[in-house]
Amino acid sequence: MNLFSIAFKSIKQRLLTSTLTSLSVALGVMMMIAVLVIFGIVDRTFNQQAIGYDLIVGPKGSDLQLVLSSVYRIAPAIETLPYDYYQQLKNDPRVEEAIPITMGDVTQQGGFPVVGTETTYFLREYAPGKKLLIRGDGFREAFDAIIGAEVARQNGWDIGSQFTLVHGGAESDCHHDEKFTVTGVLKRTGTPNDRTVFTHLNGFYAIAGHETPVEQMVKRYREFFRVIPGGEKDQELKDLIKQAKEEEAKSHGHYHGPDSTVMKDVSAIFLIMKAPPGESAATTSILFAAQVKKGFQAQAVNPIFPMQRLMTQFVGNIRQVLLALTIMIIVVSGIGIFVSIYNSMADRRREISIMRALGAQRTTVFAIILAESILLCFAGGVAGILLGHGLLFFVAPIVEAKSGLLVDPFSFEPIELVLLPALIVLASIVGIIPGLTAYRTDVAKNL
Amino acid sequence: MALELKDIQKSYREPDGTELPVLNVEHFLLGDTEQMALVGASGGGKTTLLNVISGISSPDRGSVTLDGTNVTRMPEPMRDRFRAERIGFVFQTFNLLQAFSALENVLLGMSFSGRKVSRTRAKELLEHVGLGGRLGHKPAQLSIGEQQRVAVARALANKPSLLLADEPTASIDVANQENILNLIRKSCEEEKVALLLVTHNLDIAQQFGRVEQLAEFNKVGGQS
Repeated sequence: MNLFSIAFKSIKQRLLTSTLTSLSVALGVMMMIAVLVIFGIVDRTFNQQAIGYDLIVGPKGSDLQLVLSSVYRIAPAIETLPYDYYQQLKNDPRVEEAIPITMGDVTQQGGFPVVGTETTYFLREYAPGKKLLIRGDGFREAFDAIIGAEVARQNGWDIGSQFTLVHGGAESDCHHDEKFTVTGVLKRTGTPNDRTVFTHLNGFYAIAGHETPVEQMVKRYREFFRVIPGGEKDQELKDLIKQAKEEEAKSHGHYHGPDSTVMKDVSAIFLIMKAPPGESAATTSILFAAQVKKGFQAQAVNPIFPMQRLMTQFVGNIRQVLLALTIMIIVVSGIGIFVSIYNSMADRRREISIMRALGAQRTTVFAIILAESILLCFAGGVAGILLGHGLLFFVAPIVEAKSGLLVDPFSFEPIELVLLPALIVLASIVGIIPGLTAYRTDVAKNL
Repeated sequence: MALELKDIQKSYREPDGTELPVLNVEHFLLGDTEQMALVGASGGGKTTLLNVISGISSPDRGSVTLDGTNVTRMPEPMRDRFRAERIGFVFQTFNLLQAFSALENVLLGMSFSGRKVSRTRAKELLEHVGLGGRLGHKPAQLSIGEQQRVAVARALANKPSLLLADEPTASIDVANQENILNLIRKSCEEEKVALLLVTHNLDIAQQFGRVEQLAEFNKVGGQS
């Protein structure tokens, strides 16, 4: 019989107390696991050191909201930009690629965000060295859709599946009648793309209810481009208005989407910059962003900076506070183990004296008590890890629905490897005093 | 000689600080495989003597030699190991661990010696004391007599050279006293173990070839 089997017998003898003390450790560890895994996912999702775009151009407003809405798709879009501005950026010699996106709808089933974009979105790297892989054909018609891996999994959709959209949010009453057909499924990327439904930009524009009155669009156009009456842009605009009004008259209630660019808008534009000789893409981006801010009702942001700010100033601090709380819970549980074992020592003096009379050394009985403390903590730790991941299994759909974060309950954080050794250290510390009581037991008096 | 005591003195300190002498044994011998009964009244120092012999307590003076080894000169950890390997104990109240089964109590006795724990020997011993069918029973599930049988098996588990029995029949009903006594004596004979049995019961003591009164060779009276 080794020390641990002897200690285990003692634990079994005081099963209720032992279970409760171990459970208190398990609950502390469970909470710590939940905090670690969720914040690990938050960290990996939002604290990317690089994404595939140099700049994101969007309407003026919060840079963080622009990134959260366009890249992470967990915040509403700020406003829109004229489609002509996208074309202007696309033709800018400093821009290698401009990818437009439109947002605002979600799928009726599952409430996944819908992004209208162009095929170029799938051809460019979404992160350095990583490209989106599509199973299927991709966009062929306006109402074709490419869906993320998680959308396919959760909704049970595959190529050929048809679905409809809801305007604004899954709880919205404004249902769109247009049926979209899945023509491609993305391979899992571990990014927000997994839970996004992509439609072609033209399909997005062709959805009835997306049209805005001509006068309103023209007003925005004028403000954005600061159109001076009688100027060159004013004449261009007049032609576009004429085209838009003709389209409106022809539609007879059957909306097929605008051809006039004045009637089109985009939520954001992803830019990949060209690096001129002797200059880095980063420098070009900084200069370009400053120019955008000055010249238009728009902003161009490097998507990494607002997210790093969010992580360090807000999320990181919350994580530290929660971790500190869970550590305190575990320490309190450890003290519970100490109290439980220490209180039992008075009853166990005879048991210890018998072992000593049978030849157990003082260090042996000390080690038995320490082993008991370690077993209780270790069992609590293992149970806590299982309960923690089990808890995540149940809360993952809720977190996902509320925040858009993909929580994998079986996601393993490397720090979990440290948890059990740390618990053993804690158990050894709390076991020292009861162990010393056993060590000092007077055998002759207690037999 | 299996056991030799020389000039053993042991006293306890009273709460008021005065010394209370308990043992003063000039010389005591017990031969290899010899069986003897030591008779003494309660408080006569019987248990203190057994504690000194086994190394649980150290004498204030004198030496205890077992199998040619001076036990009193050993550091405590070595003394503990020596006790586990060479001395078996049978107590008046059996002192079995309640959380352990009969077999586990015997195995526990083996675990503290440096020798290999033999499950087979533990089972054989329990079969020998008539508990072959009750290996997995906890002490609370055994009768008083059966519990003492487990204690005998545990005491012999490490093939000791000396078995110390402290009033081993005192807690047992009269009908079973004889059985337990015979079991202890027979087992010691078979295992070639010297037996020192202390008792206040003259009927028990008279069954031994050698009977000594503690008061005759312990020069002090006192509490045990």
